[in-house]
Amino acid sequence: MREISVKKITEALKNLCIEANTNVSEDVEEALNKALAREDSPAGREVLRQIIRNIEIARKEKLPLCQDTGTAVVFIELGQDVRLIDGMLEEAINEGVSLGYHKGFLRKSIVDDPLKRKNTGDNTPAVIHTEIVPGEKIKIGLLCKGGGAENRSAIKMFKPTSSKEEIEQFILETVEKAGPDACPPFIVGVGIGGNFDSVTLIAKKALLRPVGRHSSDILIAKWEKELLKKTNDLGIGPMGLGGRTTALVVNIEKRPCHISSLPVAVNIECHAHRYKEITL
Amino acid sequence: MILKPPLTDKDVKELKAGDRVLITGKVYAARDAAHKRMEGNPPFDVKGQILYYASPTPTPPGKIIGSIGPTTASRMDAFTPELLKKGLKGMIGKGSRSKEVIEAIKKYKAVYFVVPGGVAALLSKHVKKSRIIAYPELGPEALLELDVVDFPAIAAIDSEGNNILELGKKKFRHGI
Repeated sequence: MREISVKKITEALKNLCIEANTNVSEDVEEALNKALAREDSPAGREVLRQIIRNIEIARKEKLPLCQDTGTAVVFIELGQDVRLIDGMLEEAINEGVSLGYHKGFLRKSIVDDPLKRKNTGDNTPAVIHTEIVPGEKIKIGLLCKGGGAENRSAIKMFKPTSSKEEIEQFILETVEKAGPDACPPFIVGVGIGGNFDSVTLIAKKALLRPVGRHSSDILIAKWEKELLKKTNDLGIGPMGLGGRTTALVVNIEKRPCHISSLPVAVNIECHAHRYKEITL
Repeated sequence: MILKPPLTDKDVKELKAGDRVLITGKVYAARDAAHKRMEGNPPFDVKGQILYYASPTPTPPGKIIGSIGPTTASRMDAFTPELLKKGLKGMIGKGSRSKEVIEAIKKYKAVYFVVPGGVAALLSKHVKKSRIIAYPELGPEALLELDVVDFPAIAAIDSEGNNILELGKKKFRHGI
Protein backbone atom coordinates (compact mmCIF):
# COMPACT_ATOMS: atom_id res chain seq x y z
CA MET A 1 0.00 0.00 0.00
CA ARG A 2 1.39 3.38 -1.05
CA GLU A 3 0.10 6.63 0.38
CA ILE A 4 -0.37 9.57 -1.99
CA SER A 5 -1.48 13.00 -0.80
CA VAL A 6 -4.38 14.44 -2.78
CA LYS A 7 -2.48 17.75 -2.62
CA LYS A 8 -0.15 16.26 -5.22
CA ILE A 9 -3.17 15.60 -7.43
CA THR A 10 -4.30 19.22 -7.06
CA GLU A 11 -0.84 20.47 -7.99
CA ALA A 12 -0.64 18.09 -10.97
CA LEU A 13 -4.06 19.15 -12.28
CA LYS A 14 -3.21 22.85 -11.95
CA ASN A 15 -0.09 22.34 -14.07
CA LEU A 16 -1.86 20.09 -16.60
CA CYS A 17 -4.58 22.73 -17.21
CA ILE A 18 -2.00 25.37 -18.11
CA GLU A 19 0.26 22.99 -20.04
CA ALA A 20 -2.57 21.44 -22.08
CA ASN A 21 -3.99 24.82 -23.09
CA THR A 22 -0.74 26.48 -24.09
CA ASN A 23 1.58 23.72 -25.28
CA VAL A 24 0.26 21.36 -27.93
CA SER A 25 1.71 17.84 -27.86
CA GLU A 26 4.29 16.92 -30.49
CA ASP A 27 2.09 14.21 -32.04
CA VAL A 28 -0.62 16.76 -32.89
CA GLU A 29 1.88 19.26 -34.26
CA GLU A 30 3.58 16.59 -36.35
CA ALA A 31 0.23 15.47 -37.80
CA LEU A 32 -0.58 19.08 -38.74
CA ASN A 33 2.80 19.51 -40.42
CA LYS A 34 2.27 16.30 -42.41
CA ALA A 35 -1.20 17.53 -43.39
CA LEU A 36 0.28 20.80 -44.64
CA ALA A 37 2.78 18.87 -46.78
CA ARG A 38 0.04 16.94 -48.60
CA GLU A 39 -2.74 19.56 -48.70
CA ASP A 40 -3.60 20.70 -52.26
CA SER A 41 -6.05 23.45 -51.43
CA PRO A 42 -4.40 26.92 -51.26
CA ALA A 43 -6.97 28.11 -48.69
CA GLY A 44 -6.50 24.89 -46.73
CA ARG A 45 -2.73 25.34 -46.74
CA GLU A 46 -3.08 28.91 -45.51
CA VAL A 47 -5.31 27.78 -42.62
CA LEU A 48 -2.89 24.99 -41.66
CA ARG A 49 -0.04 27.49 -41.69
CA GLN A 50 -2.02 29.76 -39.35
CA ILE A 51 -2.79 26.84 -37.06
CA ILE A 52 0.90 25.89 -36.86
CA ARG A 53 1.94 29.54 -36.34
CA ASN A 54 -0.68 29.80 -33.57
CA ILE A 55 0.82 26.75 -31.83
CA GLU A 56 4.23 28.45 -31.87
CA ILE A 57 2.89 31.76 -30.50
CA ALA A 58 0.87 30.01 -27.78
CA ARG A 59 3.88 27.98 -26.67
CA LYS A 60 6.30 30.91 -26.69
CA GLU A 61 4.02 33.39 -24.94
CA LYS A 62 2.14 30.87 -22.78
CA LEU A 63 -1.15 32.00 -24.29
CA PRO A 64 -4.13 29.67 -24.69
CA LEU A 65 -4.31 28.19 -28.22
CA CYS A 66 -8.02 28.76 -28.32
CA GLN A 67 -10.26 31.17 -26.40
CA ASP A 68 -12.46 28.17 -25.60
CA THR A 69 -10.25 26.54 -23.02
CA GLY A 70 -12.87 23.88 -22.66
CA THR A 71 -14.49 21.60 -20.16
CA ALA A 72 -11.85 19.93 -17.99
CA VAL A 73 -12.38 16.22 -18.61
CA VAL A 74 -10.26 14.28 -16.12
CA PHE A 75 -9.34 10.62 -16.51
CA ILE A 76 -8.07 8.99 -13.34
CA GLU A 77 -6.52 5.53 -13.30
CA LEU A 78 -6.15 4.80 -9.62
CA GLY A 79 -3.94 1.90 -8.58
CA GLN A 80 -5.76 -0.46 -6.22
CA ASP A 81 -2.80 -0.38 -3.84
CA VAL A 82 -2.88 3.41 -3.44
CA ARG A 83 -4.29 4.98 -0.32
CA LEU A 84 -5.23 8.63 -0.86
CA ILE A 85 -4.63 10.89 2.12
CA ASP A 86 -5.15 14.56 3.08
CA GLY A 87 -8.62 14.94 1.58
CA MET A 88 -11.17 13.81 -0.97
CA LEU A 89 -10.18 12.95 -4.55
CA GLU A 90 -12.99 14.85 -6.28
CA GLU A 91 -12.41 18.03 -4.26
CA ALA A 92 -8.68 17.84 -4.94
CA ILE A 93 -9.29 17.54 -8.70
CA ASN A 94 -11.69 20.48 -8.78
CA GLU A 95 -9.34 22.59 -6.71
CA GLY A 96 -6.55 21.84 -9.21
CA VAL A 97 -8.79 22.82 -12.14
CA SER A 98 -9.86 26.01 -10.39
CA LEU A 99 -6.24 26.98 -9.64
CA GLY A 100 -5.07 26.11 -13.14
CA TYR A 101 -7.80 28.15 -14.86
CA HIS A 102 -7.13 31.17 -12.64
CA LYS A 103 -3.34 31.12 -12.68
CA GLY A 104 -3.22 30.30 -16.39
CA PHE A 105 -5.66 33.09 -17.35
CA LEU A 106 -7.87 30.48 -19.00
CA ARG A 107 -11.50 31.18 -19.84
CA LYS A 108 -14.10 29.92 -17.41
CA SER A 109 -16.77 28.28 -19.53
CA ILE A 110 -18.83 26.22 -17.09
CA VAL A 111 -22.34 27.23 -15.94
CA ASP A 112 -23.82 25.86 -12.71
CA ASP A 113 -27.15 24.83 -14.18
CA PRO A 114 -27.90 23.95 -17.81
CA LEU A 115 -31.12 25.99 -17.76
CA LYS A 116 -30.39 28.89 -15.39
CA ARG A 117 -26.83 29.21 -16.81
CA LYS A 118 -24.85 31.13 -14.21
CA ASN A 119 -21.07 30.86 -14.71
CA THR A 120 -19.37 29.06 -11.81
CA GLY A 121 -16.39 31.39 -12.21
CA ASP A 122 -13.62 28.81 -11.94
CA ASN A 123 -14.38 26.28 -14.70
CA THR A 124 -15.45 23.63 -12.19
CA PRO A 125 -16.89 21.12 -11.79
CA ALA A 126 -14.65 18.99 -13.95
CA VAL A 127 -16.05 15.91 -15.66
CA ILE A 128 -14.27 13.07 -13.87
CA HIS A 129 -13.89 9.46 -15.01
CA THR A 130 -12.27 7.19 -12.43
CA GLU A 131 -11.06 3.67 -13.05
CA ILE A 132 -9.48 1.33 -10.51
CA VAL A 133 -6.45 -0.45 -11.99
CA PRO A 134 -3.75 -2.79 -10.61
CA GLY A 135 -0.68 -1.26 -9.01
CA GLU A 136 0.27 1.56 -6.69
CA LYS A 137 0.40 4.50 -9.04
CA ILE A 138 -2.13 7.07 -10.12
CA LYS A 139 -2.37 8.25 -13.72
CA ILE A 140 -4.06 11.58 -14.36
CA GLY A 141 -5.14 12.52 -17.89
CA LEU A 142 -6.66 15.90 -18.72
CA LEU A 143 -8.57 16.66 -21.90
CA CYS A 144 -9.64 20.29 -22.27
CA LYS A 145 -12.58 19.82 -24.59
CA GLY A 146 -13.97 22.77 -26.56
CA GLY A 147 -17.73 23.22 -26.81
CA GLY A 148 -18.00 23.71 -30.58
CA ALA A 149 -16.68 20.27 -31.47
CA GLU A 150 -18.40 18.53 -28.56
CA ASN A 151 -21.74 19.93 -29.79
CA ARG A 152 -21.35 18.08 -33.09
CA SER A 153 -20.84 14.64 -31.55
CA ALA A 154 -23.52 11.99 -31.92
CA ILE A 155 -24.74 8.58 -30.78
CA LYS A 156 -26.89 6.04 -32.59
CA MET A 157 -28.25 2.69 -31.45
CA PHE A 158 -27.91 0.30 -34.42
CA LYS A 159 -29.49 -3.12 -34.83
CA PRO A 160 -27.14 -6.04 -34.14
CA THR A 161 -27.68 -7.03 -37.78
CA SER A 162 -26.71 -3.59 -39.14
CA SER A 163 -23.89 -3.66 -41.66
CA LYS A 164 -20.45 -2.15 -41.43
CA GLU A 165 -21.48 0.15 -44.31
CA GLU A 166 -24.41 1.54 -42.29
CA ILE A 167 -22.07 2.30 -39.38
CA GLU A 168 -19.63 3.93 -41.75
CA GLN A 169 -22.38 6.08 -43.23
CA PHE A 170 -23.35 7.31 -39.74
CA ILE A 171 -19.75 8.19 -38.90
CA LEU A 172 -19.28 10.09 -42.17
CA GLU A 173 -22.64 11.86 -41.81
CA THR A 174 -21.65 13.00 -38.32
CA VAL A 175 -18.36 14.40 -39.63
CA GLU A 176 -20.18 16.05 -42.53
CA LYS A 177 -22.67 17.72 -40.18
CA ALA A 178 -19.81 18.90 -37.97
CA GLY A 179 -18.50 20.42 -41.19
CA PRO A 180 -16.79 23.80 -40.93
CA ASP A 181 -18.42 24.61 -37.57
CA ALA A 182 -16.43 22.28 -35.35
CA CYS A 183 -12.91 23.41 -36.39
CA PRO A 184 -11.55 20.86 -38.85
CA PRO A 185 -9.14 19.15 -39.30
CA PHE A 186 -10.70 16.90 -36.68
CA ILE A 187 -9.61 14.08 -34.51
CA VAL A 188 -12.53 11.64 -34.74
CA GLY A 189 -13.17 9.29 -31.83
CA VAL A 190 -15.52 6.38 -32.53
CA GLY A 191 -16.95 4.04 -29.89
CA ILE A 192 -18.58 0.80 -30.99
CA GLY A 193 -20.34 -1.56 -28.57
CA GLY A 194 -20.87 -1.38 -24.83
CA ASN A 195 -24.16 0.27 -23.93
CA PHE A 196 -25.73 3.74 -24.12
CA ASP A 197 -23.44 5.25 -21.49
CA SER A 198 -20.20 3.36 -22.05
CA VAL A 199 -20.15 3.83 -25.82
CA THR A 200 -19.77 7.61 -25.48
CA LEU A 201 -16.97 7.19 -22.97
CA ILE A 202 -15.00 4.85 -25.23
CA ALA A 203 -15.52 7.28 -28.13
CA LYS A 204 -13.96 9.96 -25.94
CA LYS A 205 -11.16 7.64 -24.86
CA ALA A 206 -10.44 6.99 -28.53
CA LEU A 207 -9.38 10.66 -28.71
CA LEU A 208 -6.68 10.12 -26.10
CA ARG A 209 -4.48 7.85 -28.18
CA PRO A 210 -1.29 9.51 -29.42
CA VAL A 211 -2.19 10.95 -32.83
CA GLY A 212 -1.11 8.51 -35.52
CA ARG A 213 -1.19 5.35 -33.38
CA HIS A 214 -3.72 2.90 -34.75
CA SER A 215 -5.75 0.27 -32.90
CA SER A 216 -3.84 -2.86 -31.86
CA ASP A 217 -6.63 -4.88 -33.52
CA ILE A 218 -5.46 -5.36 -37.12
CA LEU A 219 -8.92 -5.26 -38.68
CA ILE A 220 -9.92 -2.18 -36.71
CA ALA A 221 -6.62 -0.49 -37.63
CA LYS A 222 -7.37 -1.18 -41.30
CA TRP A 223 -10.87 0.24 -40.91
CA GLU A 224 -9.45 3.36 -39.22
CA LYS A 225 -7.24 3.99 -42.26
CA GLU A 226 -10.14 3.43 -44.70
CA LEU A 227 -12.38 5.73 -42.68
CA LEU A 228 -9.74 8.45 -42.60
CA LYS A 229 -9.50 8.33 -46.37
CA LYS A 230 -13.28 8.51 -46.77
CA THR A 231 -13.45 11.36 -44.24
CA ASN A 232 -10.87 13.31 -46.18
CA ASP A 233 -12.71 12.59 -49.42
CA LEU A 234 -15.62 14.63 -48.03
CA GLY A 235 -13.64 17.69 -49.16
CA ILE A 236 -14.52 19.84 -46.12
CA GLY A 237 -10.87 20.74 -45.52
CA PRO A 238 -9.23 22.99 -42.93
CA MET A 239 -11.83 25.40 -41.53
CA GLY A 240 -14.30 24.11 -44.10
CA LEU A 241 -12.79 26.10 -46.97
CA GLY A 242 -12.33 22.95 -49.04
CA GLY A 243 -9.34 20.63 -49.05
CA ARG A 244 -7.95 17.18 -48.44
CA THR A 245 -7.48 17.48 -44.69
CA THR A 246 -10.83 17.08 -42.97
CA ALA A 247 -9.46 14.82 -40.21
CA LEU A 248 -6.01 14.02 -38.89
CA VAL A 249 -7.05 10.60 -37.61
CA VAL A 250 -10.09 8.41 -37.04
CA ASN A 251 -9.66 6.25 -33.91
CA ILE A 252 -12.01 3.39 -33.07
CA GLU A 253 -12.49 1.69 -29.70
CA LYS A 254 -14.82 -1.28 -29.25
CA ARG A 255 -16.37 -3.15 -26.33
CA PRO A 256 -18.52 -6.26 -25.82
CA CYS A 257 -22.27 -5.57 -25.96
CA HIS A 258 -25.77 -7.05 -25.55
CA ILE A 259 -27.16 -9.47 -28.17
CA SER A 260 -29.87 -6.88 -29.01
CA SER A 261 -27.57 -3.91 -29.31
CA LEU A 262 -24.94 -2.24 -31.43
CA PRO A 263 -24.38 1.26 -30.07
CA VAL A 264 -22.09 3.63 -31.99
CA ALA A 265 -20.86 7.02 -30.75
CA VAL A 266 -18.81 9.61 -32.61
CA ASN A 267 -16.96 12.20 -30.56
CA ILE A 268 -15.66 15.09 -32.64
CA GLU A 269 -12.48 16.81 -31.49
CA CYS A 270 -11.09 20.01 -33.02
CA HIS A 271 -7.51 20.40 -34.28
CA ALA A 272 -6.65 22.27 -31.06
CA HIS A 273 -6.43 18.92 -29.28
CA ARG A 274 -5.44 19.62 -25.71
CA TYR A 275 -4.59 16.43 -23.86
CA LYS A 276 -1.86 15.88 -21.31
CA GLU A 277 -1.22 13.17 -18.75
CA ILE A 278 1.04 12.48 -15.80
CA THR A 279 1.65 9.47 -13.57
CA LEU A 280 2.28 9.95 -9.85
CA MET B 1 -7.91 44.02 -49.56
CA ILE B 2 -8.04 46.42 -46.60
CA LEU B 3 -11.37 47.09 -44.90
CA LYS B 4 -12.10 49.94 -42.52
CA PRO B 5 -15.46 49.83 -40.77
CA PRO B 6 -18.04 51.34 -40.74
CA LEU B 7 -18.76 49.63 -44.07
CA THR B 8 -20.99 51.06 -46.77
CA ASP B 9 -23.18 49.16 -49.25
CA LYS B 10 -20.51 49.90 -51.84
CA ASP B 11 -17.73 48.35 -49.70
CA VAL B 12 -19.83 45.26 -49.17
CA LYS B 13 -20.83 44.82 -52.81
CA GLU B 14 -17.18 44.85 -53.86
CA LEU B 15 -16.41 41.87 -51.65
CA LYS B 16 -16.63 38.43 -53.25
CA ALA B 17 -16.73 35.06 -51.51
CA GLY B 18 -13.16 33.83 -51.13
CA ASP B 19 -11.59 37.32 -50.90
CA ARG B 20 -8.98 37.72 -48.21
CA VAL B 21 -9.28 40.94 -46.24
CA LEU B 22 -7.41 42.75 -43.50
CA ILE B 23 -9.71 44.63 -41.16
CA THR B 24 -8.47 47.75 -39.39
CA GLY B 25 -10.71 49.73 -37.04
CA LYS B 26 -13.49 48.89 -34.62
CA VAL B 27 -15.23 45.53 -34.42
CA TYR B 28 -17.63 44.41 -31.69
CA ALA B 29 -17.26 41.07 -29.93
CA ALA B 30 -20.50 39.38 -28.91
CA ARG B 31 -21.64 35.76 -28.56
CA ASP B 32 -24.71 33.84 -27.41
CA ALA B 33 -25.72 35.59 -24.19
CA ALA B 34 -24.94 39.09 -25.53
CA HIS B 35 -27.03 38.38 -28.65
CA LYS B 36 -29.96 37.40 -26.49
CA ARG B 37 -29.63 40.68 -24.54
CA MET B 38 -29.24 42.76 -27.72
CA GLU B 39 -32.53 41.52 -29.18
CA GLY B 40 -34.71 44.49 -30.11
CA ASN B 41 -32.40 47.05 -28.53
CA PRO B 42 -28.66 46.84 -29.29
CA PRO B 43 -26.65 49.05 -26.89
CA PHE B 44 -24.68 50.61 -29.78
CA ASP B 45 -25.52 51.74 -33.31
CA VAL B 46 -24.89 48.65 -35.42
CA LYS B 47 -25.17 50.58 -38.72
CA GLY B 48 -22.19 49.73 -40.92
CA GLN B 49 -20.48 47.82 -38.13
CA ILE B 50 -18.90 44.36 -37.88
CA LEU B 51 -19.73 41.85 -35.15
CA TYR B 52 -17.10 39.31 -34.13
CA TYR B 53 -18.56 36.16 -32.57
CA ALA B 54 -15.99 35.77 -29.85
CA SER B 55 -15.19 36.00 -26.17
CA PRO B 56 -11.57 36.11 -25.08
CA THR B 57 -9.64 34.37 -22.36
CA PRO B 58 -8.81 36.64 -19.39
CA THR B 59 -6.14 39.26 -20.12
CA PRO B 60 -2.76 38.19 -18.68
CA PRO B 61 -0.63 40.91 -17.04
CA GLY B 62 1.16 43.07 -19.59
CA LYS B 63 -1.10 42.03 -22.50
CA ILE B 64 -3.85 43.94 -24.26
CA ILE B 65 -6.20 40.98 -24.42
CA GLY B 66 -6.18 37.22 -23.95
CA SER B 67 -6.58 34.72 -26.78
CA ILE B 68 -9.54 35.58 -28.99
CA GLY B 69 -10.70 33.37 -31.84
CA PRO B 70 -14.13 32.89 -33.38
CA THR B 71 -16.96 30.82 -31.98
CA THR B 72 -19.54 28.90 -34.04
CA ALA B 73 -21.57 31.44 -36.00
CA SER B 74 -24.67 29.28 -36.51
CA ARG B 75 -25.62 29.66 -32.85
CA MET B 76 -26.20 33.35 -33.58
CA ASP B 77 -28.37 32.66 -36.67
CA ALA B 78 -31.70 33.26 -34.95
CA PHE B 79 -30.65 36.77 -33.87
CA THR B 80 -28.88 37.80 -37.07
CA PRO B 81 -31.58 38.87 -39.61
CA GLU B 82 -32.89 41.53 -37.20
CA LEU B 83 -29.39 42.98 -36.75
CA LEU B 84 -28.83 43.00 -40.51
CA LYS B 85 -32.14 44.84 -40.93
CA LYS B 86 -30.85 47.47 -38.50
CA GLY B 87 -27.81 48.01 -40.75
CA LEU B 88 -25.16 45.58 -39.48
CA LYS B 89 -22.79 45.04 -42.42
CA GLY B 90 -20.37 42.36 -41.34
CA MET B 91 -20.03 39.32 -39.13
CA ILE B 92 -16.89 37.35 -38.29
CA GLY B 93 -17.16 33.78 -37.07
CA LYS B 94 -16.52 30.18 -37.97
CA GLY B 95 -18.69 27.67 -39.73
CA SER B 96 -21.85 27.74 -41.80
CA ARG B 97 -24.95 29.96 -41.66
CA SER B 98 -28.65 29.19 -42.05
CA LYS B 99 -30.68 29.81 -45.22
CA GLU B 100 -32.53 32.63 -43.42
CA VAL B 101 -29.25 34.38 -42.59
CA ILE B 102 -27.97 34.00 -46.16
CA GLU B 103 -31.24 35.47 -47.48
CA ALA B 104 -30.91 38.40 -45.06
CA ILE B 105 -27.26 38.90 -46.09
CA LYS B 106 -28.47 39.24 -49.70
CA LYS B 107 -31.48 41.39 -48.87
CA TYR B 108 -29.71 43.91 -46.62
CA LYS B 109 -26.32 43.72 -48.36
CA ALA B 110 -23.86 42.39 -45.83
CA VAL B 111 -20.96 39.95 -45.70
CA TYR B 112 -20.05 37.05 -43.46
CA PHE B 113 -16.33 36.55 -42.83
CA VAL B 114 -14.63 33.47 -41.43
CA VAL B 115 -11.40 33.17 -39.50
CA PRO B 116 -9.90 29.83 -38.49
CA GLY B 117 -11.16 28.51 -35.19
CA GLY B 118 -8.51 27.63 -32.67
CA VAL B 119 -5.90 30.19 -33.75
CA ALA B 120 -6.83 32.51 -30.93
CA ALA B 121 -3.31 33.36 -29.73
CA LEU B 122 -2.37 34.49 -33.25
CA LEU B 123 -5.54 36.57 -33.68
CA SER B 124 -5.03 38.28 -30.32
CA LYS B 125 -1.92 39.93 -31.80
CA HIS B 126 -4.17 41.96 -34.10
CA VAL B 127 -6.16 43.48 -31.23
CA LYS B 128 -4.72 46.78 -30.07
CA LYS B 129 -7.39 47.88 -27.61
CA SER B 130 -10.36 46.30 -25.87
CA ARG B 131 -13.12 47.68 -23.67
CA ILE B 132 -16.43 46.42 -22.32
CA ILE B 133 -19.30 48.51 -23.67
CA ALA B 134 -22.25 46.50 -22.27
CA TYR B 135 -23.31 43.54 -20.14
CA PRO B 136 -20.23 43.30 -17.85
CA GLU B 137 -22.28 40.93 -15.68
CA LEU B 138 -22.00 38.30 -18.44
CA GLY B 139 -18.33 37.85 -17.60
CA PRO B 140 -16.57 36.28 -20.59
CA GLU B 141 -19.69 36.92 -22.69
CA ALA B 142 -19.75 40.72 -22.17
CA LEU B 143 -20.06 42.93 -25.28
CA LEU B 144 -16.64 44.30 -26.25
CA GLU B 145 -15.45 47.06 -28.53
CA LEU B 146 -12.14 46.03 -30.08
CA ASP B 147 -9.65 48.10 -32.03
CA VAL B 148 -8.07 45.73 -34.52
CA VAL B 149 -5.22 46.20 -36.98
CA ASP B 150 -4.76 44.06 -40.10
CA PHE B 151 -7.12 41.44 -38.68
CA PRO B 152 -7.00 38.64 -41.30
CA ALA B 153 -10.35 37.25 -42.44
CA ILE B 154 -11.88 35.59 -45.49
CA ALA B 155 -15.18 36.67 -47.04
CA ALA B 156 -17.15 33.42 -46.83
CA ILE B 157 -20.66 34.51 -47.85
CA ASP B 158 -20.89 37.62 -50.01
CA SER B 159 -23.80 40.01 -50.58
CA GLU B 160 -24.98 37.92 -53.54
CA GLY B 161 -25.14 34.79 -51.40
CA ASN B 162 -22.09 33.07 -52.88
CA ASN B 163 -20.74 30.73 -50.22
CA ILE B 164 -17.09 29.65 -50.19
CA LEU B 165 -17.85 26.92 -47.63
CA GLU B 166 -20.08 25.17 -50.18
CA LEU B 167 -17.95 25.92 -53.23
CA GLY B 168 -14.70 24.79 -51.56
CA LYS B 169 -16.14 21.48 -50.40
CA LYS B 170 -17.51 20.65 -53.85
CA LYS B 171 -14.12 21.24 -55.41
CA PHE B 172 -12.29 18.77 -53.16
CA ARG B 173 -15.00 16.12 -52.78
CA HIS B 174 -14.14 12.68 -54.13
CA GLY B 175 -16.27 9.69 -55.02
CA ILE B 176 -19.12 10.19 -52.54
